[in-house]
Amino acid sequence: MKEKIRIASGQGFWGDMLDAPVQQVRGGQIDYLMLDYLAEVTMSIMQKQRARDPRAGYARDFVPLMREILPDCVAKNIRVTANAGGVNPVGCAEAVRDVARSLGLGGRLRIGTVTGDDIMGRLDEFLSRGIELRNMDTGEPLSQVRDAIQSANVYLGAWPMVEALNGGAQVVITGRATDTGLTLAPVIHEFGWRADDWDRLSAGTIAGHIIECGAQASGGNCQYDWQSIPDLANVGFPIVEAAPDGTFVVTKHEGTGGIVSIPSIKEQLVYEMGDPHEYITPDCVADFTSIRLVDAGRNRVRVHGIKGRPATEFLKVSISYSAGYKAVGTLVYSWPDAYAKARAADGILRARLERLGLRFDQILTEFVGANATHGRLAGEPSADLPEVQLRVGVRGADRASVERFTKEIAPLILTGPPGVTGFAGGRPKVEEIVAYWPALIPKTEIEARVEVTEA
Amino acid sequence: MKIQLTKLAHARSGDKGDTANVGLIALREDYYPLLVREVTAARVKEHFAGVCRGAVERFELANLGALNFLLHESLGGGGTLSLMTDAQGKTFSTALLRMLIDVPDEEARVLGLGQ
Repeated sequence: MKEKIRIASGQGFWGDMLDAPVQQVRGGQIDYLMLDYLAEVTMSIMQKQRARDPRAGYARDFVPLMREILPDCVAKNIRVTANAGGVNPVGCAEAVRDVARSLGLGGRLRIGTVTGDDIMGRLDEFLSRGIELRNMDTGEPLSQVRDAIQSANVYLGAWPMVEALNGGAQVVITGRATDTGLTLAPVIHEFGWRADDWDRLSAGTIAGHIIECGAQASGGNCQYDWQSIPDLANVGFPIVEAAPDGTFVVTKHEGTGGIVSIPSIKEQLVYEMGDPHEYITPDCVADFTSIRLVDAGRNRVRVHGIKGRPATEFLKVSISYSAGYKAVGTLVYSWPDAYAKARAADGILRARLERLGLRFDQILTEFVGANATHGRLAGEPSADLPEVQLRVGVRGADRASVERFTKEIAPLILTGPPGVTGFAGGRPKVEEIVAYWPALIPKTEIEARVEVTEA
Repeated sequence: MKIQLTKLAHARSGDKGDTANVGLIALREDYYPLLVREVTAARVKEHFAGVCRGAVERFELANLGALNFLLHESLGGGGTLSLMTDAQGKTFSTALLRMLIDVPDEEARVLGLGQ
């Protein structure tokens, strides 16, 4: 057994720095590269793309990335775990296989595909058997939005990926797998941890939580003394050095920018946290109140002491459903009286929408530059503000009404308060809203499928 | 004396659906008890009046010198439903750091929090 393995984070979301994974592969020694592409809203975006093109629906950036780094990965035996498959992992794996062959790597690596997360075709069966898939936030039964559902995927954990790694996969592509599983799977595979070793599984899960958002653990978006964080232009993404006993060190490659420090790790630990005593994944329930952090030198933080409890009997389900339309329009008002002008323009716009008889579920007005982020906590806007952006959004079930709204923004330039600009982008676009419905399902209902094939 | 949280803590915030979470981390270990005492769920609910329409829950992480707050019904429906600029609650962290708390002068002096 190896004494330690190095797992590098290469992507914190779909749209993250394209060259970060390349830097991780070439900037120093690593054993694994984990790539997290899926935020909650990402599945619904991919769903829309697959509806337009049945071959799409996965993180397209992943394919050119593989073209760039696969030769290095094969040469250095770096293995990749990625939830790049989105709503179409098989299509994604095929595209990667094509890339491998075109690079002359056919027959030199195996690709693992994890499926079984897609339960769209089984929803009616579940509902008819009394599995209600109630919304975890609101308690509403799924039947309320049944006809509007566009996708339904279970969050699979680390074990199907472990099976793919055990089967020799160099690249493991999943659909909706947990972000933390992408890091936990390699550690389980290397160190042979048992499925009921809750403390160690929790340690691997917390290691995954720390690096799943990429540079957000290594100096990016870090409030603590942010002005002293060096060279973010060349920020090094985080790396976990995991040991068989469940302890690990968070670090980054030598010669890169950013910082790995106790404050940077603490900020990432609390990110998107619920009840810290029970961070629930398919693999375990990790206790964030047990984490101990120790400064282990420059850009090195040692993490130990982690405790966990048995996994629950449920898996989380991510369901997306069509929830109407929205559009957001903006205009910029300049000094003097920028805020007063923007407010007046908003009043005029709302009066016109009213006169047109348009009905929306919500109209939201914000004044960017005055109080869009902190609301009344920002205090009364100064009369001397150099400029204010008026930002008005509407949301409703009727597409035509939202469309009509988008045509009422530009007229304000010639028919409203003076000192206005910022309409170069044209009319706002109407967006279909694909909303997120979190639910739980008994684990016994779900079977992940793992396939490992020669490229 | 009144002290703004930005002198005592750093923070990061994010979202889960329509709930914003704010992790508030003491800048120094000896500031943590002050945060525990003063930055209660009720104070945070009051601070975010008009923004947070649901309950505020608070969790303690003494091991990290941190408090975690969940602000329910705060993100205009959350995710893709929200029309807000900050639909993901990313700036709730700095909004919380605006809070002023009361610290007895003597305690402030001991903690080195003079004017």
